[in-house]
Amino acid sequence: MAFDYAPAPESRAVVDIGPSYGLFIDGEFQEASDGKVFKTVAPASEEVLSEVAHASEADLDRAVRAARRAFGPWSALPGAERAKYLFRIARVIQERSRELAVLESLDNGKPIRETRDTDLPLTAAHFFYYAGWADKLDHAGFGPNPRPLGVAGQVIPWNFPLMMLAWKIAPALATGNTVVLKPAETTPLSALFFADVCRQAGLPRGVVNILTGDGSTGAALVSHPDVNKVAFTGSTEVGRQIARTVAGTDKKLTLELGGKAANIVFDDAPIDQAVEGMVNGIFFNQGHVCCAGSRLLAQESVADELLDALKRRMATLRVGDPLDKNTDVGAINSAEQLARITALAEASEAEGAERWAPACDLPSTGYWFAPTLFTGVTQAHRIACEEIFGPVLSVLTFRTPAEAVEKANNTPYGLSAGIWTEKGSRSLWMASKLRAGIVWSNTFNKFDPTSPFGGYKESGYGREGGRHGLEAYLAAAGPQEDRAGTSSPEGDR
Amino acid sequence: MSTVDRLSVLKTYKLFVGGKFPRSESRRVYEVTDAKGAWLANAPLSSRKDVRDAVVGARKAFGPWSGATAYNRGQILYRVAEMLEGRREQFAAEVAAADGVSAKKAAARVDAAIDRWVWYAGWSDKVAQVAGAANPVAGPYFNLSTPEPTGVVAVLAPTDSAFLGLVSVIAPAIVTGNTVVVVASERAPLPALSLGEVLATSDLPGGVVNILSGRAAELGPPLAAHQDVNAIDLAGAPGELAVELERAAADNLKRVLRPQPGDTAKGDHWLADPGTERMLSLLETKTVWHPMGV
Repeated sequence: MAFDYAPAPESRAVVDIGPSYGLFIDGEFQEASDGKVFKTVAPASEEVLSEVAHASEADLDRAVRAARRAFGPWSALPGAERAKYLFRIARVIQERSRELAVLESLDNGKPIRETRDTDLPLTAAHFFYYAGWADKLDHAGFGPNPRPLGVAGQVIPWNFPLMMLAWKIAPALATGNTVVLKPAETTPLSALFFADVCRQAGLPRGVVNILTGDGSTGAALVSHPDVNKVAFTGSTEVGRQIARTVAGTDKKLTLELGGKAANIVFDDAPIDQAVEGMVNGIFFNQGHVCCAGSRLLAQESVADELLDALKRRMATLRVGDPLDKNTDVGAINSAEQLARITALAEASEAEGAERWAPACDLPSTGYWFAPTLFTGVTQAHRIACEEIFGPVLSVLTFRTPAEAVEKANNTPYGLSAGIWTEKGSRSLWMASKLRAGIVWSNTFNKFDPTSPFGGYKESGYGREGGRHGLEAYLAAAGPQEDRAGTSSPEGDR
Repeated sequence: MSTVDRLSVLKTYKLFVGGKFPRSESRRVYEVTDAKGAWLANAPLSSRKDVRDAVVGARKAFGPWSGATAYNRGQILYRVAEMLEGRREQFAAEVAAADGVSAKKAAARVDAAIDRWVWYAGWSDKVAQVAGAANPVAGPYFNLSTPEPTGVVAVLAPTDSAFLGLVSVIAPAIVTGNTVVVVASERAPLPALSLGEVLATSDLPGGVVNILSGRAAELGPPLAAHQDVNAIDLAGAPGELAVELERAAADNLKRVLRPQPGDTAKGDHWLADPGTERMLSLLETKTVWHPMGV
């Protein structure tokens, strides 16, 4: 007998969203200098959640100046003291995790199950991990007494707003930099709540500044002449523009960009586990994941069986209210993103790929896209080449391991890949041949603060997480003769 | 018996591409002189077509070279040092003319270059232990990060240290499995072209190092814009050209090594301990996850 799910809504009452928010500059919330604001909506209902300030160039200047002023004392603090601030932040996030999880689900549209079980725990863990590095930098492998860069300009995406904030801010602060961070236009709220976390943790003013705005705000931040470090997570196209912008400057740049990961299933793989891996790979977070397994490469001999099992599993996915604890797939983050996914899916149909989605009732308001897969996809199809950033899986097949490697690597991206096989030697051989920064073998979409994350080729450069993640925020140790004379960026100006 | 001095046999300097020694497909040459303006040789004036051929050679060599064992790569780099040791006088003479320094200084630079090959040879099977990591993730997973070579690396070699500078940018790139297309010092390309002859007899597979002579301003842009080049080292690019090339490199998000103040310094800058940064910046970190369970 089949049981129905009863509604299991998480309470909105645990979060108190203000009607409006200012910019967080020098430890205080301030209105935009020109009074400009924009609205942020809940993608699941199109309800306006709040109105936030749109930073002007003058606001940006003030924020960078505040970060510059804070840099001297912050970088001069003993590492052990900086560490304690970060530990405090981690603890406050843990304490407020239910509130922040609900907030994130509302503003982003992602299921509460994911914000509760993934985003928030990983956010706190990231601060906890980097806190411990702050007084151990001499032992990190970057030479004695490695120096911070100065003011970091950081621009983050809307898919994991708070987690991406943690990935950017935690290593920057641990290494002694100060930060001006711009959250995504469609998901500004959790970063503004984070400002309050900084207040509770007693973080010195100016060490973290949060500027809300749109793409132009981000562009102005990365091109600001008094920013020493630029860190960006987002699309490859914007990443290219940023790389051009910083060319010829002394700014250190790290980019975490798009992907088109292959999830490769061999005929000896445990089918049920592999199906869970496919589902987790492309429907986790509505497919709004740069490392999403958007290409299924199935070995021909199991392709039919795998596809049948995958379709059966997809039919059980629950799409709907992000605040319902039983929801698997939430809302698409914005009308613009929904339009992009819809357009690429339609183009694929026009190119001859066959579209399939389970019967599924979508809510009448908000932005929704049913979990979808395309079969009959060739490598030339746009859907096999372009990042879709939505719950859409392309299915391709292969015969030999060599062919799987060839097809998996046949992309300008190189962020992640998945391998499903019971044969250890084949798994390791495949892992060594795949040109990707993260290879998940018999698992997918796993993240951890100790584990470096980042791509090859056009998926960007630099790593976030682990010891490797420190490098992005430390001055390069040059040839030995120069090392002793290296002065802090502040001393240079 | 005649008392006439023996007329020396001059060398025709050629490019080193894909393990072969072609002339420039453009059939152009340019005059190379020593510091005092005396004619030394006509060097190939490479074209953008030569750039494309060199990138094809480097890409073809990348799979086998990056797939070779670290021990094997280390032995081959050491073999380069062995081959150079036997040619010290030849290179000392070429470096004296190229860098415009005394015979003694030139010999010191050649010795340093040979020793640098030895130093990097030893890195081949250690770099993964220094740059990799076993990551203690909070879950039942085996999680290992290892460095891998970035791919095909374009190198604009230092202009004022025609041999030691050149070795100092090639060796850190190839020791980890990258393959390179290097544009030799425009003013003083001869030691670089001679190095090709050494590499060809050191068991280094053809295409791992490709050496072009010519104009940095002509060869740099097609290299920086090439979609099958993964990184570019701008050590020898003059200021404005470096900015232009960095901007062009953004097109396929090449890793860019910006010129450092010391790179173009005259004198013995390249004699200093090179550190590991250049080697480490041409690596990608790959992290592999695998569940643990019975």
